[in-house]
Amino acid sequence: MHYETIIGLEIHLELQTSSKLFCGCSTSFGQEANTNCCPVCLGLPGTLPVFNKRAIELAVTAALALNSDIQLQSRFDRKNYYYPDLPKAYQISQYEQPLAKGGYLEVEFESGLRRINLERVHLEEEAGKLIHAGDSIFGADYSLVDYNRTGIPLLEIVTAPDIRSGSEARKFLETLRSILLYSGASDCKMEEGSLRCDANISLRPVGSQGYGVKAEVKNMNSFRAVETALYYEAKRQEKILAGGGTVIQQTCHWDEAEKITIPIRSKEGSSDYRYFPEPDLLPLTLDKDFISRIAESLPEMPGKRRARMAEHYGLGESELDIFIENRPLADFFEAAAEKYDDYKNLANWVQGDFLYQLRENDKKPEEIKPELFVELLTLLEKGQINRPVAKELLAEMIQNGSSPKELVEEKGLGRIAGGEKLIPLIEQVIAENPDAVENYRQGKEKAITFLVGRVMALTKGRADPGELNKLLREKISQQ
Amino acid sequence: MKLYEKSAAELSLLLKKSEVSSVEIVQSFIDRIDRVEPQIKAFVSYTPESALVMARFIDDKRMRGEEQHPLAGIPVAVKDNICTEGIRTTCSSRILENFIPPYDAAVIESLKKAGMPLLGKTNLDEFAMGSSTENSAFHATRNPWNPDMVPGGSSGGSAAAVASAMVPLALGSDTGGSVRQPASFCGITGLRPTYGRVSRYGLIAFASSLDQIGPFSTTALDNALLLSVISGYDLRDSTSLPNSVPEFHSDLEIDCKNLRIGLIRQDPSDGFDPEVIAAVKKQAAFLGDAGAEIEEISLSMIDCGLGAYYLIAPSEASSNLGRYDGVRYGLCIEGEDIESMFSDTRGRGFGPEVKRRIIIGTYALSAGYYDAYYLQAMKVRTLIRREYEEAFKKYDLLLGATTPTPAFKLGEKVDDPLQMYLSDICNLNDALAGIPSLSVPSGIHSTGLPMGIQLSAPPLQEGTLLKIAHFLEQRNENHPKRPGIQLTEEGSA
Ligand SMILES: [Zn+2]
Repeated sequence: MHYETIIGLEIHLELQTSSKLFCGCSTSFGQEANTNCCPVCLGLPGTLPVFNKRAIELAVTAALALNSDIQLQSRFDRKNYYYPDLPKAYQISQYEQPLAKGGYLEVEFESGLRRINLERVHLEEEAGKLIHAGDSIFGADYSLVDYNRTGIPLLEIVTAPDIRSGSEARKFLETLRSILLYSGASDCKMEEGSLRCDANISLRPVGSQGYGVKAEVKNMNSFRAVETALYYEAKRQEKILAGGGTVIQQTCHWDEAEKITIPIRSKEGSSDYRYFPEPDLLPLTLDKDFISRIAESLPEMPGKRRARMAEHYGLGESELDIFIENRPLADFFEAAAEKYDDYKNLANWVQGDFLYQLRENDKKPEEIKPELFVELLTLLEKGQINRPVAKELLAEMIQNGSSPKELVEEKGLGRIAGGEKLIPLIEQVIAENPDAVENYRQGKEKAITFLVGRVMALTKGRADPGELNKLLREKISQQ
Repeated sequence: MKLYEKSAAELSLLLKKSEVSSVEIVQSFIDRIDRVEPQIKAFVSYTPESALVMARFIDDKRMRGEEQHPLAGIPVAVKDNICTEGIRTTCSSRILENFIPPYDAAVIESLKKAGMPLLGKTNLDEFAMGSSTENSAFHATRNPWNPDMVPGGSSGGSAAAVASAMVPLALGSDTGGSVRQPASFCGITGLRPTYGRVSRYGLIAFASSLDQIGPFSTTALDNALLLSVISGYDLRDSTSLPNSVPEFHSDLEIDCKNLRIGLIRQDPSDGFDPEVIAAVKKQAAFLGDAGAEIEEISLSMIDCGLGAYYLIAPSEASSNLGRYDGVRYGLCIEGEDIESMFSDTRGRGFGPEVKRRIIIGTYALSAGYYDAYYLQAMKVRTLIRREYEEAFKKYDLLLGATTPTPAFKLGEKVDDPLQMYLSDICNLNDALAGIPSLSVPSGIHSTGLPMGIQLSAPPLQEGTLLKIAHFLEQRNENHPKRPGIQLTEEGSA
């Protein structure tokens, strides 16, 4: 019998706010343990939560980017359970009335473009972090808790069981990540835990409509791990089913070192979270204007943008890859393209020297004025400077934001062209290098390169090598 | 007359005229506490030194001629479930026996800003669960009118401290009657403000959707003064009301002629003491004589409040009390593993009433029972709220007994939780509806114990309640305002 794999994902995303969901504490990563905490996020007796408006804006932004239907009225509930990293013994989350319902993503799979539906998108608070002196909380001599992460706003995205393989899950996550990065809602760093993913996976005979017993796979710390883990788990379940056995409902940990899934608990004893409406917060009411303002400020999503940029600028796949991955760079390109219509040349410069210099100087595209960059390319195109000077100016422009035009005037970097300026220098070089001139006359082409280089040095690089080459040959042949 | 026998307003006047200093006032109450407290046991923590520091500070300010709040220099006591920075806040529970909050509750900030010296933290039923202040993990508090009787609860410590003149003013918290019932048992005035009028920030939660901090005093004017200090919008409490706060004390005169009052029918067949009912009628008659229109009414939802309250409050409590697990603060019983640490800490840290309610709440919220219990109770709560809305279309306020009987004996109801719960029967519905409600003394029972009446008004109408309380207070001039305890004390006038 052939089996079909059914996968649904639950994605947790830390929203990129500077303060926590219900208090003013900083959300910055990698701080000394328990330094970003206050009585509120520690849940000390008597403290109360207060909404962070920015978190709600970002959650709405992300949900809109995922085509999810924002609810004008949503509500927070308490999810009650005991764990040392959960200071209040409940997590404030949304259960019955989530922030957004439904939604979908268009994903380009190998089999073609397909829509993956979403069940819901909701807001909740992050828990703290346990550090065990040993492998797990049970065997440990002691465990320490870091509450810096407690209360960071989390967005939970739940997909429909529309995914059919590990590689599809990976492709879905990559698409999701690029959309969320684009929307600016999260930095989506899996290695820092700001994007996490759990999967529900089951198998059913091809052609059947029901669902098989599912397992939940957790602890997959990279996109590659998601792909590998789900393939492994699908294989494991297939072996059981093919052997006439039954899969039991359980939660598994993905062991990255061993490349196997390890059952950690069976679902029968699953917790009863005793959800009820959070009495310390009023229901969240959003007005239509607020939502439409965010919808209007939402950037064009990557899939659409790629198609448009390909069509409008005639860019190639590799250039598009770079621009779609790096939204600010694409924004910079498009801003420059409004005033400069050699798109191909522009794209080359932006993804080449420009990007290189940004990285060298630790700058972001949005810090540079596109009109200065256009100024530079125009100077070059009009022959007022040569390429080496252009690169030098680019570096200065990125470092100090200075205008290339002004720099050229200030430093006298304009190109030296025309006979009257160059010929005296050429004559000087010919006189100083009789051996090389002789070599050239005997047909050694390399000698001309050497002579061009000497004149170039005298002009401090401001002459055009092509023109120089021509003039030099003419001058020698005249002698 | 001793300083400690005077009302806060009287003391304020003496301070203003520079006839006494705040230090003298505070010292007078300290001396009183030293003599009376061993009998009453109203306090969990006693802070005379810091109170004197504040008193001196206020005296200095006054000498420099600086503008001050009318209550500046007047001491106060605060229920021990309200967080005080640097002073342990126990909720009268073993589990928080050594908890010292690193922050002040919003109301404590307000008291400090007004310049009120804090004399101590008062006893309560553990986590404010109870109606007698016998459920304290430390000791029971006694009723100043008769030490064999309970002072009521859960704010019994605060009520007894005011009634026995150990402080002129105190704060309690009212979840389902915990200010009004002890006010009635102790013969003083206690107010539960509109839900959201006073910030809950720093009030250790029992049932978040019901908890509200309220003032105790011997007069309506004092109550109004203290209410003005603690009311107002607080950014840190999302349920706090943005409405502006009137100066409740500035005008307490009322013309009864335009008042329509609904007199809640309360019957001996429902367990109401005939003397209690007679006292209510007498107060109503005062108002009627002054021109108010009085009409008897029956509230159909009155009996449903108890059931709804004892599902909603324990449900929220079961969640609010989850945080006491021994990990971060308070009692911690280390164990073999994390599960045993959690369960041993909670097992030893909580008393029987708290455990009872946690279990009820946990059950009511459990999958499969939520719809039948919690959800149903929330529906009843909506109906109660609607019934009040309807009633307030017809009446400016409602009037009835605060409690069916005067204070009961210590130990009398400890083993019968249902009987204990019934002592708050008149107070629960107002709490569920979130409306303001006040208890004011209505006379002395033949047993020598005080009785009280309860006045309820539409949201934000605390002003009306205080005015009526003020009016009745003046009609009740012949009633002793202080319990007999002052007579047994040596050397008192
Ligand atoms: Zn915080």
